[in-house]
Amino acid sequence: MNFPLGNTGILSGLVLGLIFGVVLENAGFGTPCKTTAQLQFKDWTVFKVMFTAIIVAAIGLYTLQALGVVALSNLFVPSVYFWGTLIGGVGVGIGMAVGGYCPGTSMASLFSGRIDALFFLVGIGLGTIVFDLLYPLIGHIVYAQTGPDAWTLPQLLHLPGWAVLALLTAVLVSVGYLTRAKQSPASPSRSVESPLTIAIKQS
Amino acid sequence: MNNTAKPLWNPYVAGGILGLGLLATFLVTGHGLGVTGATTALTAKVSGQIAPGTVAPHSYLGTYFKHSLNIWVVWEVIGLMLGALGASLYGRRFKLKIDGPPHASVMVRIGLATLGGLFSGFGARAAMGCASGMGLSGSAPLAVAGFLFLIGFFAAGVLFGQISKGLWS
Repeated sequence: MNFPLGNTGILSGLVLGLIFGVVLENAGFGTPCKTTAQLQFKDWTVFKVMFTAIIVAAIGLYTLQALGVVALSNLFVPSVYFWGTLIGGVGVGIGMAVGGYCPGTSMASLFSGRIDALFFLVGIGLGTIVFDLLYPLIGHIVYAQTGPDAWTLPQLLHLPGWAVLALLTAVLVSVGYLTRAKQSPASPSRSVESPLTIAIKQS
Repeated sequence: MNNTAKPLWNPYVAGGILGLGLLATFLVTGHGLGVTGATTALTAKVSGQIAPGTVAPHSYLGTYFKHSLNIWVVWEVIGLMLGALGASLYGRRFKLKIDGPPHASVMVRIGLATLGGLFSGFGARAAMGCASGMGLSGSAPLAVAGFLFLIGFFAAGVLFGQISKGLWS
C-alpha cells in the first residue's frame, strides 16, 4: 500500500473523528474546570495528554519514514507564519482561560451535556467573522511566511529527528515526574519554572 | 444499579491512544485532525445568508462560502461529536448543565463562554488551525509552526488564567 492512502471520504472522517471524540471525553477534556486547572498548574492532564499524543504520533511518523513506508513530504506539514501562528496561539489560549474551552473540547463538552459550550461555539463563529472583517487590514501581516515551507524542528535545530524526539520525551518524563501522584497544588517555584523550561527546550 | 460516573482514563493512556489515532489519520488522509476547518465552513454559510458582504468574492470567507460542506473535516467533527456523546453516556458522565466558573451566575457563564469562543475563533483563523489542527496535528510531524502555536497558547493561557483565577477556583 502507498501511504498516505488519500482516503478523505465520509467514512474516513466519521471513524477517525469518533476515535478523537471518545479520547477527548474519556480524558476529561469535556470538563472546563479541568482545562482551566491546567492553566493554574493544579492539574497537568491537558499537558500530559497532548504531549504524549504528539510524541507517540511523531515517533510513529519518523519511524515509518525511516522504514520508507511514508514520506513526510507527502503529508501536510504546516509552514510558519510567525505573527499569525503566534497571535493565533495566544488567541486560543486566552479563549481557554476565559471560556474554559478550545474549539475541539467545546464540541466534546456540548455532546456530554454542557450548554455553555454551545455559546463558546457561537463565539467561535463570531470570532471567525471578526477575522474575516479585519482580514483586509491584517491579512498581509498574519499570513507572511517565515522560513522555508513545512519547516520542522529537526531543520531549525540542525538535529536528527530522533534527537528532537528524545528531547521532547525527556521534557514529558520530567514534567510527569515533577507532577506525579496526588495532584496537590504545585509549589510556587515549580509552577513558575516548568512552562518556561519547556518553552526554552522547545524553541 | 450503580449510577456513579466511571473514572476517566489515565492521561498517558488517553494521550497514547490519541497519538495512535492521529498517526492513523495522517496515514489514511495525509493530514492531521482538525476542528475549526468545519466551524469556519459553517460560519461562512450562515454568515453569507445573513450578511452577504462577509463572503464577498475576495473576502477571507468567500472561498469557504463557495465550497460545499461535504468535506472531510466536517465528517470528522460529526464523528467527534458522536464519539464524545457515546463516551459520556457509556461512562455515565453525560449531564445536561450550564458548566463554567463555579461561583458565577448563568449570564456571566454564558457571556464568558461566548467571549472566550470569540478569541478562540479569531485565533484559530490567524494561526490557520486551533489546538487540534495546529497545536496537535502541526506538532506531530515536528513542524516549527505547531510548537510556536503551543508556546503562545500555553503562555497566554497561563497569563490570562492567573487573571481569571478567582472566577474558576
